[in-house]
Amino acid sequence: MATARTSQDCLTNVETLEQIKDRITHVLPGARLEIVPNESPSGQRSLLVDHEHAGAIATFLRDDAELRLDYCSNATGVDWPEAVVKTKIKKPVVTDGVEKEVEETVDALRSGYLEAVYHLYSVAKKHGPVILRLRTGNRTDKVTLPSLTPVWRSCEYQEREIFDLFGIKFAGHPDLRRILMWDGFVDHPMRKDYVEPDDFEYEPTPHDAVLERAKTHYPSEVKT
Amino acid sequence: MLGEGIIKGMGETARNFLGSYVSKKRLTTLQYPEERAPQFPNARQFPFLVYDGEDPEQGLRCVSCQICEKECPPKCIYIVKSKDKRVDYKGQMQFYPATFNIDISVCMSCQICVEVCPFESIKMDTEFELSSTDRFAGLLVRKPQLAKSNDHYRKIHPHDAAESDAALAAEVAKVQAKAKADAEAKAKAAAAKVAPAAPPPEATLAK
Amino acid sequence: MSATLETPAKNYELRPKLSDDGETELLEVSMGPHHPSTHGVFRMDVVLDGERVVRLKPVFGYLHRNHEKIAEGTSYLSSMPYTDRLDYFCSLTNNWAYALAVEKLAGLQVPERAEYIRVITAELTRLQNHTCLIGFLMQDMGALGTPLMYAFREREKILDLFEALTGARMMCNYMRFGGCRVDLPPGWLAAAQRIVDEYPRFLDEFETLLSGNEIIIARSQGIGVLPRELAVNAGITGPVARAAGVDYDLRKVDKYGIYDRFSFRVPLGDHGDTYDRYMIRILEMRESLKILQQALKDIPAGPIIDPKAKLRGFRPKAGEAYGRIEAPKGELGFYLISDGGPNPFRYRVRPPSFINLTVLEDMCLGNTIADAVITLGSVDIVLGEVDR
Repeated sequence: MATARTSQDCLTNVETLEQIKDRITHVLPGARLEIVPNESPSGQRSLLVDHEHAGAIATFLRDDAELRLDYCSNATGVDWPEAVVKTKIKKPVVTDGVEKEVEETVDALRSGYLEAVYHLYSVAKKHGPVILRLRTGNRTDKVTLPSLTPVWRSCEYQEREIFDLFGIKFAGHPDLRRILMWDGFVDHPMRKDYVEPDDFEYEPTPHDAVLERAKTHYPSEVKT
Repeated sequence: MLGEGIIKGMGETARNFLGSYVSKKRLTTLQYPEERAPQFPNARQFPFLVYDGEDPEQGLRCVSCQICEKECPPKCIYIVKSKDKRVDYKGQMQFYPATFNIDISVCMSCQICVEVCPFESIKMDTEFELSSTDRFAGLLVRKPQLAKSNDHYRKIHPHDAAESDAALAAEVAKVQAKAKADAEAKAKAAAAKVAPAAPPPEATLAK
Repeated sequence: MSATLETPAKNYELRPKLSDDGETELLEVSMGPHHPSTHGVFRMDVVLDGERVVRLKPVFGYLHRNHEKIAEGTSYLSSMPYTDRLDYFCSLTNNWAYALAVEKLAGLQVPERAEYIRVITAELTRLQNHTCLIGFLMQDMGALGTPLMYAFREREKILDLFEALTGARMMCNYMRFGGCRVDLPPGWLAAAQRIVDEYPRFLDEFETLLSGNEIIIARSQGIGVLPRELAVNAGITGPVARAAGVDYDLRKVDKYGIYDRFSFRVPLGDHGDTYDRYMIRILEMRESLKILQQALKDIPAGPIIDPKAKLRGFRPKAGEAYGRIEAPKGELGFYLISDGGPNPFRYRVRPPSFINLTVLEDMCLGNTIADAVITLGSVDIVLGEVDR
C-alpha cells in the first residue's frame, strides 16, 4: 500500500511521498506529518504539516538539493464545516462457524476546521506536485496559520485572498489585508455557512430560495 | 541609422493604407446594418422551443421535465408544469409546460439547456437583434414567442435539424414497435387465457 | 542596452517607505479604476517622487463575483460556461483547463481526435491573445490605433473560425469532460490551414512595423526588469516568466494532452524587460504556428468524446485533483475537491493574471509613471480573471 503510486502522485519520480516524509522527520525531528489519502483517480496525495514546523519544512522543501520545490503554484483555502462522516469498515463476523467480512457504516462526528492547501512544483527540476496542507484548530477563534509568503512570494496575494474569503489569519504575512472584497466588509464569503445579504434585485424568473425572497420584496409582482 | 525602423514601419502602414483600395483582404470592415456577415450553421444566440405541426401550443415537444431549468447556469428559465396530461408526438400521455419563460437579459447563450434536453424540444435561435428599452418586460420571452416551428429549425440549422429529426423518428419507431409488441403479447396472453384448449393462433391464422 | 537601471528591491524591508524628511514631497496618485491604461477596472495606488514611482499597490476586486462560490452551488457541467468569462480573451484554454482537472478527478480518457481539436483551438487562442496583447501594449506606449487595428483584423479571422466551430466568438463553451461538444464542421480544417499559412506573413509585417522602431526600443528596453530568481519565487508564469529566462512551459514540463507529439521550442528572454516580453510573444506565436501546422496535418478521424462521460447526473468519486495547463497568460490551474455529490465541494481557479501582478510593484519601482503603464501592459492581465 505504501508504494502504491499512480502516474500523477508526486511526479518527482525520485521519491515517494513517504520518502519525503521520512527525510523531513529525519532533518526536523519533532515535526508532525501525516499523509492525507486521496481516493480519486488523480491520486494526488498530500502532506499534512503542523504549525510549528511549517516554515522550516517549507524552507527545507525549497532548498533541498534533490527536491528544489522552488515554485508554489497554487495556495488556497478549504472550509470543512462540522459534519457527520460516514466511513465503511470491514469487520470480520463469525456466523455459523464461517468467518465473513461484513461492511459496516460508522458515523463519526468531524469537528470543523479551515485548511490551507499549497501545490508545490520545481522549476529547476521540472517535477511536482507535492501538496502541503495546514489545518486550523477550529473555524472560530483558532484560525491562525503560519504564513509561507517568506518562503514563496507567490503566496503573497493568494494568502491575502484566503484571509479575505475564508478568514484564515496568516502569522508572518507582510501585508495581510482584504484583497477582493472591500475593506469595510465583515464576513468571509467562501465559508460554507456564509449568508448572503438580503439585497434582492427584481428579476422576472425567480427560483426556489430567490422566489421566497422575491415574495417578501415584491409581493404584487410575484405570482404564487 | 536612427529612424530607419520608424521609416520601415511607416512603409508598412502605407502599404496597408494603399492596399485597402485594391485588396479586399486589407479592408475588412463591414458596414453593418446594410451589409451583414453570413451566419455560421453552428451560430447560437438564444433558446427557442420547437413545435411540430401547425399549432404552436398543441405541437410543443416540451414535456416540462424541468431538467433545463435545473441545469441552466444563470437560472434564467422558469417553468410551471401543467396539472393535466396530453398526448405527445410519440403518442404517450405527457405533461406540458403551463408556463415557460426565458429571461434573455440573464441568458448567457451557453447552450447547456439544448444539450441536456432529452426530448429535442429546446434549440438555439440565430436571432440577435433583440434590443429593447425595457429591461424586465421587454426581455422576458414567454411561451407564445418562444414556440417556433420545426421548419424554422430546419432552416437555421439544417445539419443539426436533420440529426434531431432522425433521432426523434428512431424514438417514435422504437415506441411504436414496443407498443406493437406489447399489444401482440397482450393479445396472445388474452387468447391463451380465454381459450386454453383452443387450437394455437398460428393454425387459425393459416386458415 | 537593458538592465542599466538598479535592480528593483526584492525584500519588503528594502522597499522605499514614505519618509517625512521633507526633502521631496511625495504625491499619492490613484490610477484607475476607470483608466484606459489599466486594462479594465483595475486601480494602482501609486506614490510618486517627482515622476518616479516609489510605491505601487495594486487594488482590485471591482469585478469580483465570487466565481468559486457560484461553481460550488451548481453542477460540474454548469460551471463550464462560467469559465469562459474568466479570461474572456481565451475562453477555449479556460475550458480546457477545467475539463482537464475534471478528467483527472473522474479518470476520464479523451479520444485522440478531441485532443487534436483541443491543441488546435488552444494554439489559435494563443495566437489571437498574443497578437492583441501586442496591440494593447503599443496602445499603452502611445501608438494609438494602428497596430491594435492590424491585430484585431487578424484576430477577427480566428474568431470566425471559433464561431464556425463553437457557435460563439468569445464565450465558446466548447470543451466537455472527456472530449469536445461538436465535431469540426466540413471545411473547417481547410479554413484553419489557410489562416495558419497566411499568419507568418502578417507576423513579418507586424515585426517590420514594430520590432525595429526606435521609439519602442527606447521606451521598452531596460524598463520593468524582472529578475529571474524573483520570477520563480513569486510564481510568475507564462511569457512574463519566460522573458525573464525561466525555462518553464507546461506544454514541455507536464506534456498534458498530446503536446509530446509536436516539435516546438520554448523561447526565452535574457533581460526580463518589457521589450523581451514583447519579443517573447512574437516568438511564441511562431512556435504556435509550428504546432498548428503539425496538428492540422496529423489530425485523425474518430470519436470526439469519451463514451463513459455523462452529461446529466455527473458525480465523480470523492477526492481531489489539481489540473493545470499553459494558458496564453501563464499557468491556469483548477483545483477541485469532490465529496461525491453533483456539485464540487471546493472549486478553485489558479489565475495567472492575478499572481503575475504580485511583482508589478517590484518591476515599476524606480521607473517613471509612464513606464509603469507600459509595464502593466506587458504583464498581460484580464480583470475577469484577476477578480473572478
